[in-house]
Amino acid sequence: MTNEVLTPASEEEAAEIIRETAAKAGTLEIAGGATKRGIGQPFEADRTLSMAKLSGITEYNPAELVLTAKAGTPVAEIEAALAEAGQMMAFEPGDWRGLTGANGVPTIGAVAAANISGPRRISAGAARDGLLGVRFVNGSGEVIRNGGRVMKNVTGLDLVKLMAGSWGTLGLLTEVSFKVLPRTETEATLVIHGATDSDGANMMAAALQTSAEVSGAAHAPETVAKRLGVGAGSATLLRLEGFADSVAARLDRLRAALPGGADADELPEAQSRPLWAQIRDVAPFAGSVSPLWRISVAPMAGHDVAAIVLRDVDGEAFFDWQGGLVWLQLADESDASADRVRAAVAKCGGGHATLVRAPEAVRRSVPVFQPQAAPVAALSERVRTALDPAGVFNPGRMVFHGSRKAA
Amino acid sequence: MNQIRFLEPRADVVARRDEIRAGLANLVPADCLVTEERELVPFETDAFTAYRRVPLAVVLPETTEQVAAVMKYCSERGVPVIPRGAGTSLSGGAIPQEDAVVVGVSKMARILEVDFENRTARVQAGVTNLRISDEVSADGFFYAPDPSSQLACTIAGNIGMNSGGAHCLKYGVTTNNLLGVKMVLHDGTIIELGGKALDAEGYDLLGLVCGSEGQLGIITEAVVRLIAKPEGARPVLFGFDSSEVAGACVADIIAAGIIPVAIEFMDKEAIDICEAFAHAGYPMDVEALLIVEVEGSDDEMDAMLARIIEIARRHNVKRVKESQSALEAAQIWKGRKSAFGATGRIADYICMDGTVPLGQLSHVLRETTNIIEKFGLRVANVFHAGDGNMHPLILYNVNDPAEAEKAEAAGMEILKLCVDAGGCLTGEHGVGIEKRDLMLHQFSETDLNQQMRVRAAFDPGWMLNPSKVFPLDLAMRKAV
Ligand SMILES: Cc1cc2nc3c(=O)[nH]c(=O)nc-3n(C[C@H](O)[C@H](O)[C@H](O)COP(=O)(O)OP(=O)(O)OC[C@H]3O[C@@H](n4cnc5c(N)ncnc54)[C@H](O)[C@@H]3O)c2cc1C
Ligand SMILES: Cc1cc2nc3c(=O)[nH]c(=O)nc-3n(C[C@H](O)[C@H](O)[C@H](O)COP(=O)(O)OP(=O)(O)OC[C@H]3O[C@@H](n4cnc5c(N)ncnc54)[C@H](O)[C@@H]3O)c2cc1C
Repeated sequence: MTNEVLTPASEEEAAEIIRETAAKAGTLEIAGGATKRGIGQPFEADRTLSMAKLSGITEYNPAELVLTAKAGTPVAEIEAALAEAGQMMAFEPGDWRGLTGANGVPTIGAVAAANISGPRRISAGAARDGLLGVRFVNGSGEVIRNGGRVMKNVTGLDLVKLMAGSWGTLGLLTEVSFKVLPRTETEATLVIHGATDSDGANMMAAALQTSAEVSGAAHAPETVAKRLGVGAGSATLLRLEGFADSVAARLDRLRAALPGGADADELPEAQSRPLWAQIRDVAPFAGSVSPLWRISVAPMAGHDVAAIVLRDVDGEAFFDWQGGLVWLQLADESDASADRVRAAVAKCGGGHATLVRAPEAVRRSVPVFQPQAAPVAALSERVRTALDPAGVFNPGRMVFHGSRKAA
Repeated sequence: MNQIRFLEPRADVVARRDEIRAGLANLVPADCLVTEERELVPFETDAFTAYRRVPLAVVLPETTEQVAAVMKYCSERGVPVIPRGAGTSLSGGAIPQEDAVVVGVSKMARILEVDFENRTARVQAGVTNLRISDEVSADGFFYAPDPSSQLACTIAGNIGMNSGGAHCLKYGVTTNNLLGVKMVLHDGTIIELGGKALDAEGYDLLGLVCGSEGQLGIITEAVVRLIAKPEGARPVLFGFDSSEVAGACVADIIAAGIIPVAIEFMDKEAIDICEAFAHAGYPMDVEALLIVEVEGSDDEMDAMLARIIEIARRHNVKRVKESQSALEAAQIWKGRKSAFGATGRIADYICMDGTVPLGQLSHVLRETTNIIEKFGLRVANVFHAGDGNMHPLILYNVNDPAEAEKAEAAGMEILKLCVDAGGCLTGEHGVGIEKRDLMLHQFSETDLNQQMRVRAAFDPGWMLNPSKVFPLDLAMRKAV
């Protein structure tokens, strides 16, 4: 466990801490709200660097569709400011506290560092697509600026993308700029009951092939559908958003295009919004401690991956992103069936599986992040060294070194 | 205007030219290797034609394995490599140098797989941008990024430059529509990044590669996202009495929560040039024109347009003209997309590509005019207004060295203006050689050193496209 917590009040102070740590070959764990501490390979750092005082929105002019904030700003504060201006982060970041059982305050820097995107990923892109610019402190304690506050930018190497999803292993984000969009005027969801997982996948694919601009496509088998409160039997969920007249027109189009579409239930905005928030926050699997996998594959492969694993292991799954994002909760507490899960992913065309939740002992014994092909892993390690040569940050969070911990 | 430098050719490489050409001949079929001086000429520049360098050889491989063999060979012998697609770069990104081998992907132009259920296409990197949309159009799909050069430019080049287009306001640029690549590293190692899944594992190396201007490896295949075509699309012309009012109207449309598919801007000079060329039916009695495209069913488009027209009226719009047929719509876009070509017929031009925050559009347009007047030049402004990506085309006569120098100087001032307004040097054309020496205006040396260290993680010997993007005299260059 980490002992000392450092809480710098400025970027410069943070940089000084990092320089001093690098000089004495020390290590730091970066903590936003530390709500996701339980994610990733367990690792030990000498000290914790807290983002708590590097907080606040620095620049936000709604007409420019860009918001800049210090990385320790609570997500809630940002969402409140956006809501006031009728805007939103299009990639719909979720709140994983229910999942991880954490009760800290999720920060915007961690949304970037973890590349957290919700259901609208399929139409509006991921967090990494919304992230326009960053300031960060690298492992040598240098302040680096990359990207900016504009929508289109190909000036130099795109380190912004690299920082997104790096889980605090490449640098300390101190400021992030996100693209924001007008909030949709309204939304509605079509619910089709009773499809098998495989029929659900076909239905979602068919829906995405229409011009209805589906902005959420999820499928919940019966047990999960029940917890989502969308009625009896399995539920295939298709969300449309936009101006009211347009949503109504597209709902008709979508019904006409889908087998069984004519009989589908229609959830109005008041029910649709909370439903997709539950999907975004992975609410059906919250409040449990069973191992939970987050699997990203080609949309049509999701249900096959789940079926292969669930043939041999007890558990349940549901599907977002048109089937391409599988949330798979397993009863197996020994090793979370890691090999079986990854073999299934490989068999179904590849992708990756991240063990988002599992007891620490399990996370010590299996690779939490998807192991990479050797040349890509080597390249990634060279990139990491280019940013953090002394290995100051979150050492080993993304890399599995075998069950060395016991030592 | 020949002041942009290249790295000194490596004398030892140039001296071994015959040996290297012979070695390459062992690696690829004879029709994949170009060494005849006359045949090398088409490869000496790209669309930034003021600068030319004849390469040592050009290789046009047919397979990833051939690319890998060539890279390994060049790496072992210290020969620089210049990746090339169709050579339509506007920033000199594909211009070679005397000691370099050009590796072009133009013979690798097959569409390998279209997968409508997963909405992806896997293509060889030399396929042209438009080919993909053509291939899937009958099935109701398209590939979204649509650079005006889409008939010629390749997906490889699009990835190299993270290219955009008129419809990127809604659908994003290349990086937002790219799911995976196969690429060859400097030493011949073949790697794959991403695939059909929406998120890649580990560090987002794919995001890093996109827009890296051929400095990290040779891309040989790509997986791109396909999107279902909208029910219909309709461009509408809005004419205004001044550029500033048009700029303010754009800001208000966006602020009202409306994101059309495209908002393109043209000033008087650009309208005149494009209308004369394309007979697009643009109004001639206005100072500025917006092309706003909306999508959906007829009813949806009507509703959306009603909102936009109401905003435009508040800005005293002088002309509103809806296209009445598919033909008219095509004419409107033809006019816009041929803007560069049409300009090229009346004068030489250099095209700037700075991007500014939307709130700064009017200010930057005004200051651009001031800069151009100060130099006694002419400018045509035609650009992607919805995302703040400016394209002032500075007109000059290439045969008048004094004027050429002025044009280049004015361009540099305009780019600095964009950076100072909170923007960047290039939105979609890349740094290349053109903006390389301005990089320190946007970045600190520390910022650039960090980028170069990441670059070196891919290409430790600085062999790939070595004269581009980073100022030549930065110490870091020599350190690696
Ligand atoms: C594998 C994984 C996937 C997840 N996916 C989702 C998802 O899809 N949707 C969702 O809603 N939530 C997801 N989460 C949880 C989500 O990240 C949290 O809801 C919240 O955003 C975390 O905020 P925090 O500040 O508490 O993060 P923390 O737990 O403090 O940090 C999360 C990670 O980001 C790093 N980090 C934090 N701040 C910085 C910074 N300033 N600079 C650099 N690195 C920093 C940390 O070191 C850590 O690695 C995921 C978590 C993990 C581990
Ligand atoms: C008339 C005209 C209009 C244009 N309109 C637009 C526009 O609307 N939007 C826009 O964004 N751009 C536009 N451009 C610029 C240009 O077309 C784009 O930059 C295009 O993507 C370049 O593609 P290309 O195949 O010609 O690549 P090239 O010019 O050959 O190369 C571009 C860059 O990519 C690198 N590269 C090429 N192939 C590879 C590979 N296999 N692996 C790795 N790197 C590689 C090169 O080294 C170079 O740095 C326009 C250009 C012209 C001439």
